[in-house]
Amino acid sequence: MSSEYDVTETLDVKGQSCPMPIVKTKQAIDDLESGDLLEVVATDSGSMSDIQGWAAGTSGVELLDQVEGDDLYTHYVKKTE
Amino acid sequence: MSTDNQTPSADDADPASDAAELQALRERVDELEASLSELDDADEQQKLTIVATQGSFDMAYPPLILGSTAAAFGWDVVVFHTFWGLDILHEKKSKNLKLSAVGNPNMPMPNALAAIPGMDRMATRMMEKKIDENGTATIEELIDLSLESGVDLQACQMTIELMDYDEDDFYDGVTTGVGAATALQHMAESDIQLLV
Repeated sequence: MSSEYDVTETLDVKGQSCPMPIVKTKQAIDDLESGDLLEVVATDSGSMSDIQGWAAGTSGVELLDQVEGDDLYTHYVKKTE
Repeated sequence: MSTDNQTPSADDADPASDAAELQALRERVDELEASLSELDDADEQQKLTIVATQGSFDMAYPPLILGSTAAAFGWDVVVFHTFWGLDILHEKKSKNLKLSAVGNPNMPMPNALAAIPGMDRMATRMMEKKIDENGTATIEELIDLSLESGVDLQACQMTIELMDYDEDDFYDGVTTGVGAATALQHMAESDIQLLV
């Protein structure tokens, strides 16, 4: 699962649905340092759009990539400040 | 006579006074720009106020989901709970909220059947099962999460007294002693106001 990204931490929100992937991502990001990269692994297909919207509307985070696999949606969120 | 003398002397002073005026204008522009960017910064945090008036099982979800998600965006969130919405914050009652089978056109049963005693409980249990299977959070989890992430869950004081509730009946962290004026004040300051 670990890809070309240098992931600092992985958040597993498999089996959880809205709003959990977003709320847990926010909590995990808060615990990280600037420059760290969070990998979020979800089964909620809505997380593709939701994480995108959240990252666009939140300062201090950057969505680097979203990968759609076999019923798995993986998001790479970088803490920028 | 005296005016004739003054006019040329004012003309002589013009280059210097122009420079001073320009300098003053520059400073004023800098000041205004600084205060404008301060305003922009202050405006950056969005504010959401939700008024939650419903206490049925299904209607407890929207304010909690939107509130906790908005908090994840870093927004300032107030949820003002009044009338039946108060039951969502009531520690005991929140675990026992019911879905109404009667008058709910989405229920796959006629109203005559839905009105039979026990039907609400059955409908609620079916919904709870679906929620569990879907990985949707429970009401209690969402309340904990909301409070944890800084959502201000407010219980209308008038309704607390109307329903004969006690302030201790509510989850720790719930704001009590607030009324319509407080709610209106938050609504006036908010970018988004919702009545659920």
